[in-house]
Amino acid sequence: MATYQNYIVAQSLEEAWTLNQKRSAVIVAGNMWLRMCGLRKQTAIDLSALGLDRIEETEDAFVIGAMTTLRQLETDAALSSAFGGAFAHALAPIVGTQFRNSATIGGSVYSRFGFSDVSALLLALDASVVLAHRGPVPLSQYQQEAWDRDVIAQIRVPKGRRAHVESVRLNATDFPVLVCAASVGDGGMRLVMGARPARAMIVADGLPESARLETFEALARSLPLGSNLRGSEAYRRKIAPALMLRAADGACGRD
Amino acid sequence: MNICFTLNGQRVQVDAAVDDSLYAVLRALNMTSVKCGCETTNCGLCTVHLDGRAVLSCAVPAPRVEGRSVMTLEGLQKEARELGGCLADEGAEQCGFCAPGLMMNVLALARENPRATDEEIDAYLAGNLCRCSGYMSQRRAIRRYLDAVAAGEEVRG
Repeated sequence: MATYQNYIVAQSLEEAWTLNQKRSAVIVAGNMWLRMCGLRKQTAIDLSALGLDRIEETEDAFVIGAMTTLRQLETDAALSSAFGGAFAHALAPIVGTQFRNSATIGGSVYSRFGFSDVSALLLALDASVVLAHRGPVPLSQYQQEAWDRDVIAQIRVPKGRRAHVESVRLNATDFPVLVCAASVGDGGMRLVMGARPARAMIVADGLPESARLETFEALARSLPLGSNLRGSEAYRRKIAPALMLRAADGACGRD
Repeated sequence: MNICFTLNGQRVQVDAAVDDSLYAVLRALNMTSVKCGCETTNCGLCTVHLDGRAVLSCAVPAPRVEGRSVMTLEGLQKEARELGGCLADEGAEQCGFCAPGLMMNVLALARENPRATDEEIDAYLAGNLCRCSGYMSQRRAIRRYLDAVAAGEEVRG
């Protein structure tokens, strides 16, 4: 379990950022994974008093506070309408309702979990991360960076793309063996692979919506994949084309 | 640190360590329906309602419940009797260890979606693991309980 000497409920984003500049501090988001890390830190920083648990819709984007729970994303009517239920479909397989009632989007994005269904979907939707000091950073860039000491305030998801996520799990509620998120919009189709098992990454952009299995088989041959307890590299490579096809069909609205 | 919150309708004040979980605080307050079954934020046994939402109390930092409302099965005796009766009638009570967490999540579902289909029940309760794997009898009991709740009927357990 994680141990702390102080627990501070930050009263402003700037206070949270200042406290977080010490290596002896850690931000507590949903606390779903953090509690199991065995961390020994001087100060735990709680962002829950900053009003970052809201989903706001603007003309061209959704601005999602970092403390918004996965369950909020799953059940939000405006998000569902804008992205064709992609959030609900992608997030519902994650552990259980109670877990998703606490796990936050900020915690998921910051942690860059390799198994993250959330990151795969957000990458497909061309999301950006709004950091307290650095400001907006494309998720595609943030996802590749090392863990830093800035504080995620919001995730910005632009409107205009339709997305669909498919995953393979050995058992319901387990980590995925492989995730594919596809999105279509201006510039064609984007494919993101997650649970490779390394961090999710964009593996193709600008594909035509008409791309079929042969295209995905060719893509799968050069995908950077690896092995872990849930599946071998060979198994992942074998199932990748079918997963891409299903995700693409979902994003394109094909049965 | 001192933490004040509402537990089952009563204001309580506890002296907790800053890194305590809500689960640890509730056990110290003799809320023995709340159990820890997995240590991996996964099994659903420690489910309580925090401001009406089902959460895993093992993952909620105790300081985060300051000023908020926590409900455990001890505070929902009428519902526990009714749903517990349905579970017993369908033979869904085996070792019983997972039952309080399951019941807390079913009661959250009943509030959120009392007309849930079987598929929706399965999806909502996917995070409640039963080591006896009594899922079919649990679902029959939950179906019966929800049907009665949706119809506004008295639940006969």
